[in-house]
Amino acid sequence: MLQDTTISRTRPAVALEGISKSFPGVRALSDVSLSLYPGSVTALVGENGAGKSTLVKILTGIYQPDEGTIRVDGAETHFPTANAAAKAGVTAIHQETVLFDELSVAENIFLGHAPRGSFGLIDWKKMNADARALLSRVGADLDPSIRLRDLGIANKHLVAIARALSIDARVVIMDEPTAALSHKEIHELYELVDRLKADGKAILFISHKFDEIFRIADRYTVFRDGRMVGEGLISETTQDDLVRQMVGRDVGQVFPKQEVAIGEPVLTVSGYRHPTEFEDINFELRRGEILGFYGLVGAGRSEFMQSLIGITKPSAGAIRLDGEVKVIRSPAEAIEAGIVYVPEERGRQGAIIGLPIFQNVTLPSLSRTSRSGFLRMAEEFALAREYTARLDLRAASLDQDVGTLSGGNQQKVVIAKWLATRPKVIILDEPTKGIDIGSKAAVHAFMSELAASGLSVIMVSSEIPEIMGMADRVIVMREGRIAGRFERADLTAEKLVRAAAGIQEAA
Amino acid sequence: MADVQTIARHIPDRLESRGARLIKSWETLLVAVALAIFLVNSFASPYFLDPWNLSDATFNFTEKAMIAFAMALVIISGEIDLSVASIIALTSTVMGYAVQLGFDTPALVLIGLTTGLLCGAFNGLLVTGLALPSIVVTIGTMSLFRGLSFLILGDQAFTGYPASFSWFGQGYVWWVFSFEFCLFVALAVIYGIVLHKTNFGRAVYAIGNNQTAALFSGVRVGRVKFVLFLLTGLMAAIASICLTARLGSTRPSIALGWELEVVTMVVLGGVNILGGSGTIPGVVLAALIMGMVTFGFGLLNVPGIVMSIFIGLLLISVIALPILYRRFRGRRSH
Repeated sequence: MLQDTTISRTRPAVALEGISKSFPGVRALSDVSLSLYPGSVTALVGENGAGKSTLVKILTGIYQPDEGTIRVDGAETHFPTANAAAKAGVTAIHQETVLFDELSVAENIFLGHAPRGSFGLIDWKKMNADARALLSRVGADLDPSIRLRDLGIANKHLVAIARALSIDARVVIMDEPTAALSHKEIHELYELVDRLKADGKAILFISHKFDEIFRIADRYTVFRDGRMVGEGLISETTQDDLVRQMVGRDVGQVFPKQEVAIGEPVLTVSGYRHPTEFEDINFELRRGEILGFYGLVGAGRSEFMQSLIGITKPSAGAIRLDGEVKVIRSPAEAIEAGIVYVPEERGRQGAIIGLPIFQNVTLPSLSRTSRSGFLRMAEEFALAREYTARLDLRAASLDQDVGTLSGGNQQKVVIAKWLATRPKVIILDEPTKGIDIGSKAAVHAFMSELAASGLSVIMVSSEIPEIMGMADRVIVMREGRIAGRFERADLTAEKLVRAAAGIQEAA
Repeated sequence: MADVQTIARHIPDRLESRGARLIKSWETLLVAVALAIFLVNSFASPYFLDPWNLSDATFNFTEKAMIAFAMALVIISGEIDLSVASIIALTSTVMGYAVQLGFDTPALVLIGLTTGLLCGAFNGLLVTGLALPSIVVTIGTMSLFRGLSFLILGDQAFTGYPASFSWFGQGYVWWVFSFEFCLFVALAVIYGIVLHKTNFGRAVYAIGNNQTAALFSGVRVGRVKFVLFLLTGLMAAIASICLTARLGSTRPSIALGWELEVVTMVVLGGVNILGGSGTIPGVVLAALIMGMVTFGFGLLNVPGIVMSIFIGLLLISVIALPILYRRFRGRRSH
């Protein structure tokens, strides 16, 4: 790649220097630098939580950095609002593109800067003609007057890109643009990226998929735990090298894993499949075991777990619990059978904001605290106290609205709720996502205690340290299928990332 | 406030005593309003305090309040049933038709209750089975049920109800206490217990605050909602029996517009129109307030149009007051 040496000598279109950003309890970015060059694609790689999305939000003016400077064409500048970033020519195309379903394609492209005619009215003829020209530049043969909602996701991306061209964007950020696309659409997107490159745009490409990074990127930057740990030219690196940089951490975090004698199989899942979400899932879960489920976002892990408790219906498959075949059609039946699920989306699926703590905890266990359908408050408070105390909940009173608690304490309430049902199997979906470090440690310690007390735990997690630190065995899912199984003894971060991303074992 | 998270390990059940919470409650405000109206009315008209006059006045609200109890549960669960007045009309029409066929009082009651339950089941099936928004479904069935009533009756009226049937609307259990008033009290107690003291009631609150999380927590959301729509259907049928017995005749325009008065009563009672909170005692107080206002205006010969203006203002202030009240409380607690 001869051209690249010339590119790197040119001035970056946008440069971030020494950027730091903290949130309460978390340092999302520390002293990060990133330069984006015209006519070049820079891939940003890193695990979930490495700080990629925080960086994108700083680049697009949604977050303000605590420290550091942003330079556009060498001149120091600030993006106090999203609008300011857009005016400076920075535009982002997200997984779910921010467009307006009810407006036409042309209106979406020119929203905010539509061509005006006499009396300041929108010049529809010119707008539609310009839109058509822009669309043909990105290779989309679309009628500019149809409503956006009638388009597929791939065409919506094209509209977003046409919009980026219309405001004369100089920096285009693509945040996992292929996550929702089909094989053919992905190839069209690659061609488009090539065309944008030829147009001299600076492109930041965020992806977990190594094949596409090596297909379209010129440069790479690796983030780990909020720091930049490596950068360079794609032509001078290998997949193995990138994986190593992504995961190669010092094991600073100590996980409170207890040694537990693994017992007999408790849950056996065979032949679980779903028309669109997952296929051919078989595994055994044993007594006292923590089974990790690793994979990229969208690998079908949550969908599969929800099918185990009767939220989504599998099209085939059977489960046995303690050797007995069980049919579970609703969460109520799952609770009765002894399988509980602590969902990933705490605010939407877990905590019931508006109800007090004790009522949240006792909701699935009401049949135990009540007598012939009538509530018994004293029993409820006793049950809620028992389980929230075990999780070291911090609250002013048990009658307090759960919505007034911090995220970590809400999560403790949600976990307490499920434990109070005295399950045999507990499924924790991203149990420490978005909670502070102190609460994380409490959740990990508690998970260990649960396994030691004879419970079987399934832990869905996208955080490698958590998986490596807590799981006895790991199943990796990729695109709805099991892509790898690992015992704790021969578990390495590289193996997990390879299996999740679908990279072949190095020969 | 900032220290809430870090307070001691031992977490108390409640911070405030029962009394402290009661004083700050919406119900306390309603009691004050009710007393004020009671006093104003007793000074404004010498006839107000007569026991028989007061007894007559209860008919202003008892039938609506019966529906309001079930409606309160529906609204707390995050849904609404706007077809209740039309269920009254259809139920009354079907009973009237049965009278023409020569059915006696017990059969009429049974037919009425069945009709109401069927209407409720129809609403419930559309809302839970097809997952349609209840506001759309019940606006539809509001037209449908009353339309059927018009179809059967035209501009006719059914009369000729048996004398024993009229007891439901005109009979007295003891002294000045009418059957309707006693039924109102009994239903208030039953609904109060169901909402505040049973697992079913807890499920209603859980669904109203977060339906998805309630489902994940093992609440049978569809079943609970179906039962709620059955209940509004049943309550509308009971109200229809009382109203028809009181009037002694059925016209298709019977109980026209009652759905809004019922909803007003529920919201005045402190039930959040968006679901999730509210109490039965609140609804009982709201029923008493609306009944006394109507009665007081009647005694003072206030024209009907002023009454409707007052109801309109009441509805708006009822929506606004709880919001302002919460804002006020929220500011004080900081």
